[in-house]
Amino acid sequence: MSTLARAAPSPEDIAARILRGEERALARLLSALEDAEPWSGAALRMLRKDTSSQGFSHCIGVTGPPGSGKSTLVDKLIGAYRARGERVAVLAVDPSSPFTGGAILGDRIRMQGPPGGARAGDPGVFIRSLASRGRLGGLSRASAQASRAMEAAGYGVVIVETVGIGQSEVDIARLADSVVLVSMPGSGDDIQTIKAGVMEIGDIFAVNKADREGADRAVREIRSMLEVAASLAAGRAPSTSPDTLIGHHAFAPLPRAREAAKDLPPGDHVPPVLKTVAETGEGVSELVAALDARWAKLKVSGELEARRRGGAMAEARALLQDRVLVELEALEGGLEEELAGEIVRGEREAAEAADLLFDSIRKRGGT
Amino acid sequence: MERKIRVLVAKPGLDGHDRGAKVVARALRDEGMEVIYTGLRQTPEQIVQAAIQEDVDVVAMSILSGAHSHLFPRVMELLAERGVDDVLVVGGGVIPEDDIPFLKEKGIAAVFGPGTPTRTTIDFIKSNLKRR
Repeated sequence: MSTLARAAPSPEDIAARILRGEERALARLLSALEDAEPWSGAALRMLRKDTSSQGFSHCIGVTGPPGSGKSTLVDKLIGAYRARGERVAVLAVDPSSPFTGGAILGDRIRMQGPPGGARAGDPGVFIRSLASRGRLGGLSRASAQASRAMEAAGYGVVIVETVGIGQSEVDIARLADSVVLVSMPGSGDDIQTIKAGVMEIGDIFAVNKADREGADRAVREIRSMLEVAASLAAGRAPSTSPDTLIGHHAFAPLPRAREAAKDLPPGDHVPPVLKTVAETGEGVSELVAALDARWAKLKVSGELEARRRGGAMAEARALLQDRVLVELEALEGGLEEELAGEIVRGEREAAEAADLLFDSIRKRGGT
Repeated sequence: MERKIRVLVAKPGLDGHDRGAKVVARALRDEGMEVIYTGLRQTPEQIVQAAIQEDVDVVAMSILSGAHSHLFPRVMELLAERGVDDVLVVGGGVIPEDDIPFLKEKGIAAVFGPGTPTRTTIDFIKSNLKRR
């Protein structure tokens, strides 16, 4: 459902108010970015220009299947970073209905800190829920811009929680500097871990709800998968001994993985696999330590800049796709419907129709 | 691009019954709105903080415990303290008729009692938004 646009503030004013720490101004900018209000781009540019000297904030992606405990884990991460004085912003994405466009955004329920509600009075925490609004990669169109706005607003840690994902929603890898892939015990056999898709994007793996049965096995299977991947990346065949593939002890250091990692080219490593119980906070300090180690390495190795450049290109491409669809919808004369009929009647193939539509968009753009 | 109506559905106070709030949240969702649901036992401070950070157009509160005459006005006070005057605030739950004039005087735009068709709530929200 739509309603009339809100009055546009001046970009300078919004940027200045955000720099003064006004939460309402940041909240307004985030809405404007989501709605692609024309002034929002200028405001974000100004804000980032004024804060360009402060450097990058650690953007942490938290992703995993529905119910794996992402939001609860984010709640504990907020607490851990606040305890050492970092200002923390969170973007929590939940799905929009493909039928009505509506959404229930419920991640905030679990991000309210310890009972009593004291976090509500903490100016160092800013949580914003976003609906995916038709995007299928686990984020929304404006998520990347929103995270940059939070970074520029002075939050040293920006956590982005994706929608609950299945196997192929990997957009978070292009937005976040570090991706925590949250899973839980009992979610499939070890073939699941060698499939393509989300298992490839974790920089740190958290097996959450690790107080449940099967946690050790889950850790073992993920570690085996990562070890094989690391060996393959190093350009040599992985050991095929059953012991390597199945593992034998989840808690002992992983001799083979370490061994494999030692010979890897710099920049490559075997991602840590940690056990967490978000509900109680168990394992959270280890997770933060792993994130710190990764962040330090990203900064000194120059990988951070490269990763951000890659993300920026992916973001621009996604916006270009949106733009093409907007242009398509602006085409007049019912060409799309006509072509659809021809495809159904067997007079044309869909690929040919796509070519014709693309030609029409280009012609229209040229006039 | 069209703008989505964003609504915070919150349960202030200590009662543990949120079925009504969930039904309203779901109805608003089906109407195409984006509903931020914050769950049970919210303090007025939490509600106002969420309303600001989430930049909502509407705050809808449900209360069954009888503390409405304290908690609803408290939310209005905190909103005013933070300079928020463009958010529509509505209430629901078990609220005696006699208390409604007082709540309206404090800035609660409407109070929807048990049995109110969700359509009534939706229509009220759509035609009384403060932001244009």
